[in-house]
Amino acid sequence: MINFDYSQEQKEIREMAMKFAKNEMQPVASEFDESGEFPTEIIKKAWELGLVNTCIPEEYGGTGFTTVDSVIISECLSYGCMGMNTGIMANDLALLPIVIGGNDEQKKKFLTPFTEEYKIASFCLTEPGNGSDAAGIKTTIKEDGDHYVVNGQKMWITNAGFADLFVLYGTSDPELKHKGISAIVIDPKTDGIEIGAPEKKMGHKCSDTRAVTFNNVKVPKENMLGNPGDGWKIAMKTLDHSRPLVAASAVGGAQCALDHSVAYAKERNQFKVPISNHQAIQFIISNMSMKVEASRLLVTKSAWQLDQGQSNTKMASYAKAFAADSCMEICTDAVQVFGGYGYSKEYPVEKLMRDAKLIQIYEGTSQIQRLVIAKEIFTRS
Amino acid sequence: MNIFVCVKQVPDTETKVTPNGDGSYIETSSIKWIMNPYDEFAVEQALLHKAANAGSTVTVVRVGGAKDTEALRTALAMGADEAILVDSADNLDSYMTAKAIKGAIEKSGKTPDLILAGKQAIDDDCLQVPQVLAQMMELPSVSVVVGFEGEGSNLTLKREVEGGAIEVYNVSGPVVVACNKGLNTPRYASLPGIMKAKKKPLTTLSLGDVGVSDEDQRIKYSDFQLPPEKPAGKKFDATDEGAQASVVAEVVGLLRTEAKVI
Repeated sequence: MINFDYSQEQKEIREMAMKFAKNEMQPVASEFDESGEFPTEIIKKAWELGLVNTCIPEEYGGTGFTTVDSVIISECLSYGCMGMNTGIMANDLALLPIVIGGNDEQKKKFLTPFTEEYKIASFCLTEPGNGSDAAGIKTTIKEDGDHYVVNGQKMWITNAGFADLFVLYGTSDPELKHKGISAIVIDPKTDGIEIGAPEKKMGHKCSDTRAVTFNNVKVPKENMLGNPGDGWKIAMKTLDHSRPLVAASAVGGAQCALDHSVAYAKERNQFKVPISNHQAIQFIISNMSMKVEASRLLVTKSAWQLDQGQSNTKMASYAKAFAADSCMEICTDAVQVFGGYGYSKEYPVEKLMRDAKLIQIYEGTSQIQRLVIAKEIFTRS
Repeated sequence: MNIFVCVKQVPDTETKVTPNGDGSYIETSSIKWIMNPYDEFAVEQALLHKAANAGSTVTVVRVGGAKDTEALRTALAMGADEAILVDSADNLDSYMTAKAIKGAIEKSGKTPDLILAGKQAIDDDCLQVPQVLAQMMELPSVSVVVGFEGEGSNLTLKREVEGGAIEVYNVSGPVVVACNKGLNTPRYASLPGIMKAKKKPLTTLSLGDVGVSDEDQRIKYSDFQLPPEKPAGKKFDATDEGAQASVVAEVVGLLRTEAKVI
């Protein structure tokens, strides 16, 4: 039994999220790209409409979305602006470890407030010396009487300057590698936390990215998610959930580049006809369109598998690598279709090309996804 | 208060419209439907009035095909309490539509205190149903409304007239109010709203249920056609300064005799 239709409700979710993206995000996307300002008002408005924190279960005040619903929303918001959507998605990325590894009390304490008022969260995994090699974390979480003490530095932390909650990964002993890793919830206002200046980036300029330093930061014991040493397991499960979301954001950016290209090809005349009449342009656009659809199918399947209770690790990596690489190609091609105008900031596609690049890098680079896929192929069969 | 809102489902503004096989209407099989944008102002006003008048309910009524129900679902997701669909063709004439709405309101068992509608539908642009409905229900009506104030049934309505002037009406309901752009900013259907909407009551009635028969038809649609393709524009070369006076005379002449716009 195969069905590729969205449910009636999913169609409405898509309709509404797309309307929000087109009316509230897209018109100001280049302005925020220029200023690099964090789009608090827009994210707040999105939160009011239920577009943020889609991972929170119904029993903790969330809307009760499926993963498929969430990827639909991520795609649409990314269509509006990949950079703004990074800020929105980062909330889910930070809250997912609590959804996955937290106990009932922790979920009530940490998740429910996010459904009651506008709040921002950060996921603190990457370090200056550890990106792809996540198990090589050096930040320590050491037991000290009735609390833990956290020491170390985190890098490229999305939303850090605005966060009301951190979920941090650290280790009791770096020698233990992944077995020593734990995940812990931290209040960003705790003494000893130093939040760096915003990083200057190629794209996603309005998303807030900073280094965060932890100097003898005391954290209550009850903030530990699961048992000490459960962190790696929680992180991997989090990625199974979050990779479809990030892959969906690549689909949104790519669809946006495609739509701009189609519209421009119909109105731009060369050799006395619209360039859409030229086969050279038709081939580029056909390829873009194929890749968008293929990406969307992979993303949807990776989300659907999760909703069915199936393992989606391989499919999520297929989706993330394929959609991110396709998005980069599609946005580059969009600039080509626009020609000289595409290279100008007066037109929207150069921003898309800059924004697309990051999706191949964060949440596991396209190369790491291929490692994950290869591991699944060679060790599970 | 019992607030009713009449909504119509119309093709999305970006739809490429083509006539159907026998020319009696447009081809609807692959159309994306939306709520008529003017009706969104009516729904929003109903929800605002409901919020300001405790104990009110908002019922949305639509006459049209049952295959797609986007307009009603959108209204419910925005916050309306219940919906009534009169299942019929999508292109009933204004008289039949108004009669069907009247029948549906009566069938609901609630006495209307306020009926809101968009001033026109953007597909056939008839601008008739609210007034015909008011006449049938023997209620006053105000159309092209851009201002709405007041409590309960005592309303001050502002109506836009040609030239930008505003007429002000003090009305005590029940009244039919046809809304124009500028009245308010329609809210988005929130995602929790969308999830809740599916649990709200949606009653489907037939034309027979609301007392409408073929004999009520006043207009028979036939021979839908696409407008003729626009011929290419004319270009006039006025780069030669000496010839400009005669070129201008020629253009003005053609605007008078051929285009007949001056």
